[in-house]
Amino acid sequence: MNAQVRRLFFVLVGLFVTLILMTTYWLWKAPDLEARQGNPQLIVQQLTIDRGSILAADGKTPFARNRKVEKKQVGSTWYIRTYPTDELAARPVGYSTIERSRTGLEESLNDYLTGSNANLDTLLNNTLDKLRGITQRGNDVITTIDVDGQRTAQEALAGQCGAAVALDPTTGKVLVWASQPTYNPNLVEGHFNQIQAQAAGAPCEPAAPLLDRVSQGLFIPGSTFKVVTAAAALDSGKVTPSTTFEDPGYCIEYGKKVFNFADQSGPEVFGTVTFAEALENSINAVFCEIGKRFGAQAILDQAKKFGFYEKPPIELPSDEISVSGLYKNGRLYDPSDPNAVDPGRLAFGQERLQVTPLQMALVAAAVANGGTIMQPTLVDRIVDPDGKVIQRSEPDTWKEPMTPKTAAELTAMMTAVVEGGTGVAAQIPGVPVAGKTGTAETGRAGENDTWFIAFAPADNPEVAVAVALSNQSGTGGATAAPIAKEIIEALLR
Amino acid sequence: MTLRNRELVNLLLVGLLTAAGFTAVYIARQDVVSAGSLSYAAFFLALFVAAHVILRFALPDADPFLLPLGGLLTAVGLTMIYRIDPDLALRQGLWVVVGLAAFALLVVFLRDYRVLDRYKYVLGLTAILLLMLPAIPHLGRTINGANLWVGFGGVVFQPGEFAKVLLVIFLAGYLRDNREVLSMGAGRFGMPSPKHFGPLLVIWGGAMLVLFQTNDLGGGLLYFSIFLAMLWVATARWQYVAVGIGLFAAGAYALYHVTPHVRERVSIWLDCSWGFSSACPVYDQGYQLAQSIYAISGGGLFGQGLGRGILLTGDGNTYIPYLHTDFIYAAIAQELGLAGAAGLVLLYVVFCYRGFKIALQASDGFSKLLAVGLTAALGIQAFIIMGGVSGLIPLTGITLPFVSYGGSSIVANFMALGLLLMVSDRVNREHP
Repeated sequence: MNAQVRRLFFVLVGLFVTLILMTTYWLWKAPDLEARQGNPQLIVQQLTIDRGSILAADGKTPFARNRKVEKKQVGSTWYIRTYPTDELAARPVGYSTIERSRTGLEESLNDYLTGSNANLDTLLNNTLDKLRGITQRGNDVITTIDVDGQRTAQEALAGQCGAAVALDPTTGKVLVWASQPTYNPNLVEGHFNQIQAQAAGAPCEPAAPLLDRVSQGLFIPGSTFKVVTAAAALDSGKVTPSTTFEDPGYCIEYGKKVFNFADQSGPEVFGTVTFAEALENSINAVFCEIGKRFGAQAILDQAKKFGFYEKPPIELPSDEISVSGLYKNGRLYDPSDPNAVDPGRLAFGQERLQVTPLQMALVAAAVANGGTIMQPTLVDRIVDPDGKVIQRSEPDTWKEPMTPKTAAELTAMMTAVVEGGTGVAAQIPGVPVAGKTGTAETGRAGENDTWFIAFAPADNPEVAVAVALSNQSGTGGATAAPIAKEIIEALLR
Repeated sequence: MTLRNRELVNLLLVGLLTAAGFTAVYIARQDVVSAGSLSYAAFFLALFVAAHVILRFALPDADPFLLPLGGLLTAVGLTMIYRIDPDLALRQGLWVVVGLAAFALLVVFLRDYRVLDRYKYVLGLTAILLLMLPAIPHLGRTINGANLWVGFGGVVFQPGEFAKVLLVIFLAGYLRDNREVLSMGAGRFGMPSPKHFGPLLVIWGGAMLVLFQTNDLGGGLLYFSIFLAMLWVATARWQYVAVGIGLFAAGAYALYHVTPHVRERVSIWLDCSWGFSSACPVYDQGYQLAQSIYAISGGGLFGQGLGRGILLTGDGNTYIPYLHTDFIYAAIAQELGLAGAAGLVLLYVVFCYRGFKIALQASDGFSKLLAVGLTAALGIQAFIIMGGVSGLIPLTGITLPFVSYGGSSIVANFMALGLLLMVSDRVNREHP
């Protein structure tokens, strides 16, 4: 019988070994299981982490911080996320919740905020903390958002459907990132129906309060796109600001007359004008003619130099950034045959162009910064719990879409727009402002997309701004330009 | 060093570990538990030292590892239960007192365990009667879909735990008497005659019927495995094992098609374990297993730490229902990690090693089969529940010996331990 006893022992040992292997298998599957429905492991673990704060550029105003809750029954301390400034920086900060996961910077910087960024030093510290039973503390993020500018923008946009974004063209630092209708991030957990109810009165359908209209919202650029067309024309060397054009009040395309739009100022037919005057008064016929002369391909190539057809490299989750360009059937469309695109309508920003306010702010910033677009950034620095700066964003060139000469010429032309053209509503006493209006037809009356892109001071730019509004009956000069003016004033103050 | 002195040293080590465990829980959960409950460890050590002193007189030559191993397993369970619910730990502590008292009475008054051989049929029938008790109206209590409990003036106990020990004694005696005939075989298929096989089938078949009637699948699997293991050891014939497994497969197949309860268990196991597909009903029938797997996978290599695991919801309930009984392995994997879980499994392996070693050295068949049966019962039971909780095999409710919360389980296991030590004492006296 002894042989059987020995074998029985080995059978049992074999069973126990498979048991340990099975347990090990679940460890190996842990990353997959963490995301599964009903798994409290990761959620509760996140709650026990003292997540870092997200602060305004002043380093003092907290957009997001933690409330400490002692859970006596469980014997641990939970940190519940709160947003002291409510709606103010709902975009781009986003939210971090248990029920609805995370968005915005809360999502894209999660590893830094929880202190689990892949850095040997922090990993070691976290492991030691865990062994000693010390709460894991995350890093604080200091954003580039200016509290005054942000508040001004949100208030100016209130009641509208639109977005405003402002950045420092010389560094790429985003100063204002405003989107309306917005939401109160404190309501996302548990009171989500209130968010829908609050947004219900917005003049657009659907109100989409969670949509980040700065980077996700797509608008028709209208005449603001003339800056891109003008850059292509001036950079080619074939056109100068003083080149003259004939404006008959319409442009003939495919044998049909395309009439000038009401966005332009002055008489309906200008006659003989310079290129600078054409931009100043936003004359569609002239840009239509330029489009036909240079062709759709040249204009699209210039747009790509500005960053169209790719996602601007900013610290937001990739799925919260839309790509600017031509759209066909709701999808980005890069025509292989440029003849498939109407060059005249493309040149004045109609056709099937869809752009984000962020992209148009970068167009303005390119002109402001001598033809160079700096990489846009929302994060000034990241500071560890001991106050040590672990990451600081340094200015970096992203695109060089035009020569400094072209940029200087466009600056002069855009300054004229505000001084005596379609953008007079953006004039600020003592500060030269360069800008461009846009009023894009959506085909439905009273539902125009209106725009103003600008930078100031024109001679030494500190701020580049883009304002986009949807469902407007007025022009960009009347609706968006005053908002841009308010934001610039707040930021230059 | 004498055997008993070695046992004392082992017990002191267990006492130190217990103190460390309770201290860890206390540090992590000061809000909930008081410093006074730290005296658990001292009380616990005193109990086992008392048992040790009794062994010094009653069984001086018994194995020096088994009592400390039982003590350590009990301590792991008590610490974990204390961490989940301090009130339950107090009650479990009282059951340990009762268990050790039963243990002491057994080793003091049952001078020679071999007399049990004479009463094997009585014991076998008693086992069946015990198993039938829960089915009696007004006496049985149904808990969690299985009626395994008997209510007796406020005290609820699970007679199946005691029936297990009695069945092992019956099988040891019966197989010793008939092993020669059974191992020779006869007839066309090499099967022995019904005359020799009959009583075995009656007792065992009766137990099985009762188990299915009470919906105790875990018990059924356990008894069947013990039966096969002891039959194999007694006869050395693999054919019995093959036929047994064949019968089991046929029975399981039939049961799968007849009983919705079994079908549900198997489908949960297929969906939730082995890859954990999205079909797993994590909020419904699969909730318990899914939560158990979440807890195990979240434990990582070294666990969240005693008292720091994610086991309780904000209001103090456990995420996993029956965490302190059947699912305690998941709690251990969560807080002590893979290292702790493997350590626990290793304790059972060492326990089995010591138990089988006694069987190897025993000179008479009854002692040998008794030691094998008691040891295998403990090992197999531990495997069935830990395998079920980790999704290795379909989940069947059964306690983790010495570790799970439960009075009947604790008392029955300490009695089994007492029997094993008695065999060991005799073996060591015969072969010094």
